[in-house]
Formats: sequence, C-alpha cells, structure tokens
Amino acid sequence: MNVIYILWLRQIKRYLRSKPRIIASLGQPLLFLIALGFGFGPIFQRAGQGNYIQFLAPGVIGMTILFTAIFSGIELIWDRQFGFLKETLVAPVPRIVIMIGRTIGGATVALIQGFIVVLICLAAGFRVTNFSALPWAILFMILIAVMFTALGTAIASVLSDFQGFQLVMNFLVMPIFFLSGALFPLTNLPKLLDLATTIDPLSYGVDGLRSALVGIGHFGMPLDVLVLCVIGAALLGAGGYLFSKIQL
Amino acid sequence: MIRVANLVKKYGDFTAVNDISFDVAEGEIFAFLGPNGAGKTTTIKILTTLLKPTSGQVELDGLNPAVEHNEARKRFGIVFQDPSLDEELTAYENMDFHGVLYKVPAKIRAKRIEQLLTLFELWERRNDQVKQFSGGMKRRLEIARGLLHTPKIVFLDEPTLGLDPQTRNQLWTHVKKLNGEERVTVFMTTHYMEEAERVAHRIAIIDHGKIVAQGSAEQLKAQTGAETLEQAFLALTGSTIRQEDASALDQMRNMARMFRGRRR
Repeated sequence: MNVIYILWLRQIKRYLRSKPRIIASLGQPLLFLIALGFGFGPIFQRAGQGNYIQFLAPGVIGMTILFTAIFSGIELIWDRQFGFLKETLVAPVPRIVIMIGRTIGGATVALIQGFIVVLICLAAGFRVTNFSALPWAILFMILIAVMFTALGTAIASVLSDFQGFQLVMNFLVMPIFFLSGALFPLTNLPKLLDLATTIDPLSYGVDGLRSALVGIGHFGMPLDVLVLCVIGAALLGAGGYLFSKIQL
Repeated sequence: MIRVANLVKKYGDFTAVNDISFDVAEGEIFAFLGPNGAGKTTTIKILTTLLKPTSGQVELDGLNPAVEHNEARKRFGIVFQDPSLDEELTAYENMDFHGVLYKVPAKIRAKRIEQLLTLFELWERRNDQVKQFSGGMKRRLEIARGLLHTPKIVFLDEPTLGLDPQTRNQLWTHVKKLNGEERVTVFMTTHYMEEAERVAHRIAIIDHGKIVAQGSAEQLKAQTGAETLEQAFLALTGSTIRQEDASALDQMRNMARMFRGRRR
C-alpha cells in the first residue's frame, strides 16, 4: 500500500513541479474550444443541433484526459531512458504493484487536467444541465483516465525509445480522438466512419460524459460504462503483462 | 555469496557473456575488470534480476535471481553505471522513495537517510532537486541510496566514474569500512586499476565475454610478470581500443541535451 502511495505521490510531485507542462497542455483544449466551438457554433445552430459549445465541451474534456493519460503512461519511456526505471525494477516489489502505482498516479494527473478544462469550459459559456448526474460525469472521467494511462504504459513497455512515438501519436492517439464523436454527432454517419466510431473506446467515454453533463446521449450510459470497464480492464491486464516482461 | 557457473547471455547472434564461472565469498570485495563492452554490465544485470540469462546457473545468497526475484532483490543494493535518480525529486525524496520500496520502517528510514546523507555530505542540500546537483553529487547520492536498506551484497558498477580524487577516496574508504564492520559483500567494476588494487580482495578480468584471469592483484601481476595491475591488465586484454556502438540510450541523451539547450 505504501509502495503504491509513494509511486502515486512521485507522479503528482513531478506534475506539480513542471508548471510549463501544465500550461502548455491546456493550450490545445483552449484552442479547440475557441476555434471550433465558436467557429462552427453558428453552422451547428442552423443545422438544428443546438448550442455547439454545449456539445463540444464534453469532447474537449475527454480529449484532454486522453492526451494527458497517454502521455503519463508513455512517461515510462522517459524513466527508462534516464535510468530511473532500473531503480524501481530492482526493488523487491512485484512489477504489477509498480504498474498499478504508476497507473493510478498517471490517471490522477489526467483527471486533474480534466477538471481544469472543465473550469475553462465553464468560463467559455458551457453550462451543466443536470447536476444530479455529476457523480456519473466524474466516474466517466476516471474511467477514461485509467483506460488510457494503461494503454500508454502498455505502449511504453514495448517501445524502448521515442522514435516510435510519432507513429503512436499519428496512427493511434489522433485517430482515437478524431473518431470518437468528440467533435461531431454520431448519427447518420457514412458506414465506414460509423464502424470506426463504434470500435473507438473514447466514443463511449465522450458519450457518457455528454449524457451525464448535458443529457445528450448516443449509446446510453449503461452501455458506455460497460464498454469502458471491459476495455479498461483488458488494457490494464495488457499493460501489466507487458510491463512485467520489460528487460533492460 | 555469489555463485556463477557457465553463464551465457546472447543477444541474437552476439554473445555478450560467454560461459563464465566465478564465486564470491561472503564478506569479500570482488573486482570485475575489463575493457568497455567486455560483458561486465551484462553480468551485473543478470545478477540483479534485470536480465534473464540464456543459459548457466546464477546464485545469490542461495537464491536464483531469475526465479526468486523479490527475495533476491532484498539482498542486494546497486549503484548503476548510468544515472538512475529522479531529477525532479529532491535528494531526500529520492532516498525516501527508495526506503519505501525496500520497506525500511519509517523511523529507521529517517535516521538512516540522515546518517547516509551526512556521511556523503549531502545533508545540507537534501531539499534541493537533483537536477541542480553536479555529477559528483549525483553519484554520491546514488551510492548513499544503494546502502539505505543495509544490503548484504552491494553491486558497484563503475561507481567512481566522473568523480574527483577526493570523492573517490572517500567512497572507497567508506566501502572498505562497510565491508570490514558489517561484512557486506562487494561486487565492483572500475576502470581505475589502482582502485581495484587498493580495495579488492580478488579480481577477475573479463574480455570478449570470457574471464581471462582470476586471482588477487599479486597473483595477476605474478602470472603476467607485470609490475603494476594496469600492466597486467593490458598484457591480458591487449591494447586495442574497443568499439562500441552508440546505444539507443546515448542517442536519447543527445536528443535530451539538444532539447535542454534549446530551452535555455
């Protein structure tokens, strides 16, 4: 327990000490919110879909958690390159415990970033319509954070340096974001896009968040929770397994 | 305390460690010397559970590090060849993190951290982030950290790399003291022959993955008819300079340096 706590604490301390990173990572959601939110707002309205900021904000929150969580997981590569990973791997602690501590730490950081973006969204004019569903919204944020931190850890366990990182960003993380329904409604899509959005785990995260915060849902919250839990558990398992196989 | 028999480690076609055998007795200081790329660090990684051997037997205090990892890991402390500190954390936090991982009880932990940081003259700087430390200070901190959980075996992989003579002297004095008073077994590598001669009870010389000679400094000198250990070493391993490819790690460090440079 102490071990998990100290691993968690380390991630939090590292996060709080890198102020530039906190600020830099908020630039992107802000840009999406302003450029897309206000830019597409009038068209969205005319198409009869209502207020675009209301629609977009849960997507931007999901995006922030996705990126921060993946990065937190991938920080493992950094630890490997700068040697600190060795220090944790020769310690008399089962690898799975180290993986759990790291994941909880990374997910917490992603969650904090997510909450900061919630505040930014509120400042940009986003309004929560259903306060009683707020605990659900938090649950969805946690599920997204844990799932993608585990995915980041799994990827980082296989990559030994940053050369494959661009590949991961362009062919995995970006598609997960753009195909998730964070930016557009999932109804009446072309067949192929419809399929892609259905297999994208983030679709269910964003959908759940949107249902909870503004009452617009596509899959329905029970299905969202189910899918996120199953895929999250699978990714944790995969991440734990790959992490335990690391040799230096 | 350490027993290695017919150990082999292959990376694809390349044989890093080729059928080596040696024993280290309890309370002994054992030096493992060899040119760059000879297989020293690979051997240490296998002994410290970071790598699995291709074949051969390894025993650490009667335990097999490839199978009983956690029991084996409690027995040793290690100072790695490359840095392994978290630079964002302070010196104290690095020590504390280590203490928690090794389950050193809180009270003893605080006391030992103070003792060790004082001994290595870092106590005044305990609340500074490690990234503000000089190379020598980082090295001292790593050594202090490796000793925190009072291990029975200490692995020192080129611990004095980049240290000034004062710090080197202090380090070896401390290692000898630890070995004398607490009977800690020490397994060390170094490129400074006079260090090996000064502290090691026994020396093994490894080259191209094979042990080419073993014995005390006197025996090695007598065997080669050399006057100093350095001459004996050169006689055994030849004087050609070894080529090593830049590892992914080195490339990464260069990249990090570039990034840091740009930020400034």
